[in-house]
Amino acid sequence: MIYLLLFYEFFKVGLFAIGGGLVTVPFLFDLAEVYPWFTAQDLADMIAISESTPGPLGVNMATYAGFKAAGVGGAAVATLGLVSPSVIIIMLISKLLGKFRNNIWVESVLSGIRPAVIALILFAGWEVAKLAVINWQTFAMFVLFWTAIHFYKKSPIFYIILSAIIGIVFKL
Amino acid sequence: MKQLLLLFITFFKVGMFTFGGGYAMLPLLQDELVRRRKWTTDEELLDYYSIGQCTPGVIAVNVSTFIGYKQKGVIGGCVATLGMIMPSLLIIMLIAAVLAKYMHNAYLGYAFAGIRVAVTALIADTLLGLWKKGVKDKWAFAIFLVSAALLLWLNLSAVWIVVLASAAGIGIYKFGQKKGARK
Repeated sequence: MIYLLLFYEFFKVGLFAIGGGLVTVPFLFDLAEVYPWFTAQDLADMIAISESTPGPLGVNMATYAGFKAAGVGGAAVATLGLVSPSVIIIMLISKLLGKFRNNIWVESVLSGIRPAVIALILFAGWEVAKLAVINWQTFAMFVLFWTAIHFYKKSPIFYIILSAIIGIVFKL
Repeated sequence: MKQLLLLFITFFKVGMFTFGGGYAMLPLLQDELVRRRKWTTDEELLDYYSIGQCTPGVIAVNVSTFIGYKQKGVIGGCVATLGMIMPSLLIIMLIAAVLAKYMHNAYLGYAFAGIRVAVTALIADTLLGLWKKGVKDKWAFAIFLVSAALLLWLNLSAVWIVVLASAAGIGIYKFGQKKGARK
C-alpha cells in the first residue's frame, strides 16, 4: 500500500515540477511535512550529497526519499512515479512534433526558443562556474581544460575522470 | 533488440557521468548521440531542451524519452529513460544504505572540485558550438540578449523565458510575412 502511495505522490511531483531538478525540492519539503517517510534534514543532506553524485537531481531525490520510506522497492516505485508523467507527455509531444515538424508555425516557435535556450544554458553554466572557478588554480585549470576540449575532441567522460584525478592530486 | 540494448547502454553511460543536472549533461549527449551514434543533430537536441524546459519533469528524463522514442517508439522511450535513471538509482541506494557517513571524505571533496571545473569548461565549449547553430541572424541575437537580461536581472523562471521566446518567434515570422507582402 505504501508503494501505491509513494508512486502517486511522486507522480504528482513529476507532473507539477516544470523546469528541472531543483524545482522538485520545494515539493519534497512539502512531502516531508505530510508523511513520516523522511525529514526535512534528510532532504537537506540529500541535496548536498546530490551535488557530488552523478545523475539528475530530481531523480536522486526521489530515489533517496523512496528508499528512506520503504527500502529498495520504495526507491524504485518513487523514481518510476517521478519520471512517468514526463515519459507519457514527451511521447505525446514527439508524436505531434513528427506530424507538424515542417509546419511553419511550429518552425517559427522553435526558432524563437532556440536562442533563449542558449541563454538558459549560459546562465546555468555561469551558476556552475561561480562554484567551480574560485581561485587562480581553478582558473588556470579551466583555461587549460577548455583549450584541450576545443582542440582535442575526446569524450567528455575522459575529461571528467582526468579532472577528478587532478582535483585529488593538487588538493583543489 | 540490439538497438534497445544500445539505447540502454548509451543512456546509462550518460547518466553515470552527468554531474550537476540537466544542462551539464548536454556535452555528454552531444558526444554520444550526435557525434558517435548519429541518432540526432545539434539543432534537434536544442529543440528537445526547449520543449523539456516547459514540460513537466526532469530535463534529463525528457531528453532521453525524446531520443529513445524517435529511435524505437514507446519501448525505446522507456528503455532510454530507464538507462538514464539506473545509475542514480543504484548509486543513491548504496549511499543511503551504507555510504552516507563517507560522503564528507576530503578526497571526494577534492575530486569534485576538479570535476566542477571540467564541467564548466565542457559547458563553455558546448555553448560555443550551439551559438553558431541557434543564433543565426540579428533577430535571434536580440532574443538571446533579452532572455539573458531577463534571467540575470529579473530572475524570471525558465518557463516564462520559453513562453516569451515562442511569442517572439511567431511575431518575427508575421512581421517578415508583412514585409514580404509589401514588396
